[in-house]
Amino acid sequence: MIHARGLVQTFHTGRGKQKTEVRAVDGVDLDVEEGEVVAFLGPNGAGKTTTLRMLVTLLKPTAGTATVAGYDVVKESAQVRRSIGYVSQTGGAFSGAFAGDEVVDHGMLYGMSRADAVRRGQQLFDELQLEGLWRRMCKNMSGGQKRRLDIVMGLIHDPTLVFLDEPTTGLDPQARANLWGHIADLRRERGATVFLTTHYLDEADALADRIVIIDRGRIVASDTADNLKTQVNGDLVDLEVAPGQVSTAADKLRAIAEHVEVAGSHVSGRVRRAGRAVPALLRDLDAAGVTLESVEVHRPTLDDVFLTLTGRSLRDAEAGTGKPEDDEATAAERDDSLEGAAR
Amino acid sequence: MNGFMRDSSIVFRRQIRMNLRNPAWVLIGVFQPVLYLLLFGPLLKPLVAQFPGGADNAYTFLVPGLLVQLGLFGAFFAGFSLIGEWREGVIEAERVTPASRGSLLVGRLMRDVLQLFVQSLILVLLGLAIGMRGSFDGIVLGIVITLVIGGACAAASNALGMATKSEDVMAPVINIVMMPVLLLSGILLPMTLGPDWLKRVSDFMPTRWITDAIRDVFAGDVANGTVLSGSLAALVFLALAAWWGVSTFQKDDA
Repeated sequence: MIHARGLVQTFHTGRGKQKTEVRAVDGVDLDVEEGEVVAFLGPNGAGKTTTLRMLVTLLKPTAGTATVAGYDVVKESAQVRRSIGYVSQTGGAFSGAFAGDEVVDHGMLYGMSRADAVRRGQQLFDELQLEGLWRRMCKNMSGGQKRRLDIVMGLIHDPTLVFLDEPTTGLDPQARANLWGHIADLRRERGATVFLTTHYLDEADALADRIVIIDRGRIVASDTADNLKTQVNGDLVDLEVAPGQVSTAADKLRAIAEHVEVAGSHVSGRVRRAGRAVPALLRDLDAAGVTLESVEVHRPTLDDVFLTLTGRSLRDAEAGTGKPEDDEATAAERDDSLEGAAR
Repeated sequence: MNGFMRDSSIVFRRQIRMNLRNPAWVLIGVFQPVLYLLLFGPLLKPLVAQFPGGADNAYTFLVPGLLVQLGLFGAFFAGFSLIGEWREGVIEAERVTPASRGSLLVGRLMRDVLQLFVQSLILVLLGLAIGMRGSFDGIVLGIVITLVIGGACAAASNALGMATKSEDVMAPVINIVMMPVLLLSGILLPMTLGPDWLKRVSDFMPTRWITDAIRDVFAGDVANGTVLSGSLAALVFLALAAWWGVSTFQKDDA
């Protein structure tokens, strides 16, 4: 459904006479097959939205090629637009308009008759739990309702491929969980291929078959969540022991674990296949007379994956603290001026 | 072309629906010219004998000027509403539909021109009510010229809004452009009252030709050189602004 080769987007940013070229997207290859749900994960400013905007024909690639739903995004942009649904970060419904009106007009711009757009729109309102909000002004809808309305607009013409840009940013936990259900339904109920960007690890984990990780304009990994997690050196095993037994416990853990660390009464380390190794460890500890207060085993998170792949945690990458200050400035610029300039 | 008109009319209908929900804006737009008409018009009465051209009536002189002011200034604010829509993602959502990007502009221009038409009618009818005289044909032609220049300004304003996406840039640009244009177009007083150098400068303002043209047609002088050059100026403005607007809307187009 999506095949991109060597996609590049450069922006020119400049204060005064100094113009610098920034490669927001720097050679992205991407393949998404029909029926897949793929999450495009990366910190703010990594190039997610810019890549997406090239795929949905809002931005012409500086270099590289992409076909979406079988059509070239540059030469056959009209066919691409007809085939895809796109829900941007901001959505597309005007605050001062009625929800139903916005949906119908949007459908009509896709060439639907008014009657078809009304019928389809009302169906989608029911499916996305927006019953009774047809004549509601958009600014009077809750964040979750507004987001579902945005999705209705993106689905009005029954696209087979749906792009969602940061679908749950800014929603409260309940609204978020609810929206996840609806996103999962896109494939389950209508067989759509879904490509969504997110900087939430749990979102990628919960929704996607496959995760594509982008950092600084380049793809750094593309695999299932489980496979990505196995790249991390094992599960995190955390033992809490009585104060005098910390060093004994650390010795025993070191026998099966890497990166063993001691913090107060806690001893932790990375263990491959912890499910198999931990029972033996517990027997060892028991035999050595160590009394355990608690044992916890954590599967690697996508944050661990990101750390392994890029040397920075996602949170650091977002804050720009992973590297010296100029990196922070670049990240801020990308957010403010560059992505803005692209619009 | 069929699809283009259909898309434009969908965009137009959407805009009009939102305008009708808040019709106060149409009145607010015409409020300033109406004040000029009612509070400044009487001041012109003793002066009107000194004015050149056919107008021997203060309101027949003033209303055409106010129409130009309405067309220039009123329409220039169209870009602000575009920025508001852009900020809420409306423009982008429209741009991922197969609808022609030109139609997204044209639909909005149709709204601006209709709004200007309603405002022009209010102004003219009010003028007639308080003593303006003019031939019917002339008034119709004058309003048409107003709509042409107003459409041009609306197109330019939408293009500027689309290009800058910032009210903070738009507002000073409009002020810098509009103030000299208004002052040098003879909208409130004829430029002939001024010293020679001022008159010479205003000779280079196409908007003064347009003001003069509307004045002449209101006074019943439909076919003269002034009317021709004013109408041509308005049409050239419209062509240039429409070209600018459409190319701005199509920018980044893949």
